[in-house]
Amino acid sequence: MKADIRVALVGNPNTGKSTLFNVLTGLNQKIGNFPGVTVDKKVGYTTLPDGRTAEIIDLPGTYSIYPKSQDESIVFSVLADKHNAHTPDLVVIILDASNLKRNLLLYSQVADLKIPVVVALNMMDMAKKADIDIDVNLFAKKLGVPVVPISARKNEGTAALKNAISFANKFAFQEDSIDVNTIAPELVEAIGRELNIDNPYLALQLAHQHETLKFLTPEQSDRIEELEKEHSFNSQKAQGAETIARYAFINDLLYDTVKKPVTAQGETHSNKIDKILTHKFFGFVIFFAILMFMFQAIFSWSSYPMELIGDAFVWIQDSLHHTLPPGPLTSLLADGIIAGLSGVMVFIPQIAILFAFISILEDTGYMSRVTFMMDKLMRKVGLNGKSVVPLIGGFACAVPSIMGTRTIENWKDRMITIMVTPLVTCSARLPIYTLLIALVVPNHNVWWVFNMQGLALTGMYVFSLISAIVVAWVFKFILKGKERGYFIMELPVYRMPRWNNVIFSMYDRSKAFVFQAGKVIIAISIILWVLASYGPGDRFAKIDQKFSTSQYTQHMTPDSLSRTISSAKLENSYAGVLGHTIEPVIRPLGFDWKIGIALITSFAAREVFVGTMATIYSVNGSAEKMQSVYEKMKEAKNPDTGQPVFTLAVAFSLMMFYAFAMQCASTVAIVFRETKNWRWPAIQFAYMTVLAYAASFIAYTLLR
Amino acid sequence: MRLSQLEVGETGIVKEFTDLEMSVKLMEMGCLPGEEVRIERIAPLGDPIAINVAGYQLSLRKREAYTIVLQ
Repeated sequence: MKADIRVALVGNPNTGKSTLFNVLTGLNQKIGNFPGVTVDKKVGYTTLPDGRTAEIIDLPGTYSIYPKSQDESIVFSVLADKHNAHTPDLVVIILDASNLKRNLLLYSQVADLKIPVVVALNMMDMAKKADIDIDVNLFAKKLGVPVVPISARKNEGTAALKNAISFANKFAFQEDSIDVNTIAPELVEAIGRELNIDNPYLALQLAHQHETLKFLTPEQSDRIEELEKEHSFNSQKAQGAETIARYAFINDLLYDTVKKPVTAQGETHSNKIDKILTHKFFGFVIFFAILMFMFQAIFSWSSYPMELIGDAFVWIQDSLHHTLPPGPLTSLLADGIIAGLSGVMVFIPQIAILFAFISILEDTGYMSRVTFMMDKLMRKVGLNGKSVVPLIGGFACAVPSIMGTRTIENWKDRMITIMVTPLVTCSARLPIYTLLIALVVPNHNVWWVFNMQGLALTGMYVFSLISAIVVAWVFKFILKGKERGYFIMELPVYRMPRWNNVIFSMYDRSKAFVFQAGKVIIAISIILWVLASYGPGDRFAKIDQKFSTSQYTQHMTPDSLSRTISSAKLENSYAGVLGHTIEPVIRPLGFDWKIGIALITSFAAREVFVGTMATIYSVNGSAEKMQSVYEKMKEAKNPDTGQPVFTLAVAFSLMMFYAFAMQCASTVAIVFRETKNWRWPAIQFAYMTVLAYAASFIAYTLLR
Repeated sequence: MRLSQLEVGETGIVKEFTDLEMSVKLMEMGCLPGEEVRIERIAPLGDPIAINVAGYQLSLRKREAYTIVLQ
């Protein structure tokens, strides 16, 4: 889409920035990448009252223009790079009206870059509740910029904001906040002269941040370094002096524009909640109760829609077989593509429910309390309170969670979090676990409320968390960190979750999953179908020839004959040959060559396991009556012993394998992207495979 | 007196910092000399702590609170 004006949204975290972004752009948004970095770029479009289209870029939330993490570093580089395709024409700074002081620091920094600015004063309703009285007109006059009071949650004032955007100046008219020339004036002057920059604050920022800015040439960066040495510039001292000057400006600004109640307010709403939620005892009880509820909900709420989706695909498969003439094309469509598609779609209920929970926990402010409660514990094992969010996010998918580790400033803490996050039970393992648990664990209730299958699943989740913590603790001694970690974090006030955001996140994540993982899964399903339907040389012809002799046709019913033929064909197909090849290696784990096929095909994505099972057993089973993969696996018998294939030992051995093995191409790719070094994904892949084999072997040996 | 030595509910006024790197981060978050701080609560496991500063709640580790000298 072509836009007439480009607007960047800038603001502190927890100010309602993404709510405003969603309100302004609706579903009309997409996620891309900033060139050269891995930070997500959220872009949306909105129509202004004058009919022009505005492109809105949602920049990561930050407290200051000085970045503390990779995500935050994008803010300054987008605002400062004048020759980039993303350079905004206008910045909308969103300020939390109930917490103006700290919010204004970022405003004053951005304003001094002399980019046209519009201020959106959000949470006016909250400020009113707290008896904070803001003289908006005087405030706007003192800043020299348009100030629009809004309440993004209630969608109030957004029309006025759009108006302000359409009438915004092309030039920056805001008042200076501080005199930049009191901080390192000679250096600022020198950089300005040599790089041809007339804004002193921009020049100062280049001195601070030149090492990480992509738009400077190496020569320019080296020259700035030389100039810094020449003028003995101390970045941290300069930053401290600047921050003090800025707060002096802010105090002066707020002095006659904002009236707050003089007397200390009584205990706030948030404090009362915190007394319970971060209580020594109840805090943890509630946290584990929430986790438990989450998994039970994922298991039970999703079962009905999942069944429905599964049945729908079985019906489609069935009717395709009935209506289309039999042949390889029909088989490819029904047993290859539709079977694969079903394996993707069936995930949606679980992913949607999980992301609903995660987005509620984040939205309400509870997630940062979890961080607060867990920091000490996490630090002991080499992690960081902030690792809790990626680890919990890992329950959904390791890929976004590993991207989420960028909020961890400390290199070592971040690396360890990346290394162990894939151990957490992600949603791709869920269908494998639910299928295998349903096969071997009875569907009884214990103590009325707890379903045995639900408990087994909870057990797998808890186990994965424990193994992640143990592995993290081991990595703590292996990895050597240089910088020191710190934990300075805002605890936002509790709020009701925004249901629009919850629904949006459910939709967004499910869509991303279907389109990203779905492509891989369908491709693999097709390859798999080919592997399972064709064999090397003339093996298939020989099977047909063998079974057409009277010895077989006379002594067997047509039904059992066709099953025997299919089974013989699968065993001699390319997939069967591959499965047989690896069978000696996986035999000690209790796996046969059919499971071997599934291990190979789910190498790129765990969720393919169920699809593979569906394909293998559908090729193997009778063609007239389609059964769900569950029923087929339940009926599967070992041809030598006549015993069921999926015993308790085999099922748990398989679950252990999937709990540890790095069976996910996307995670390998994302770890490479985040660490920019092949060493890390290689180490991760190796340690996880070794653990998988060992855990599987132990489980099978103990339960057999 | 250091911030880490205050009990829950006690207040103090920030005087200076003993650590330059930490001070830059704390000041950005509104915790700067002359500002009043109050200990709101301590995490269940004894660390980190939550303080009230500049009208909102900030959590930091005890080791970090130790770098804040009070008046």
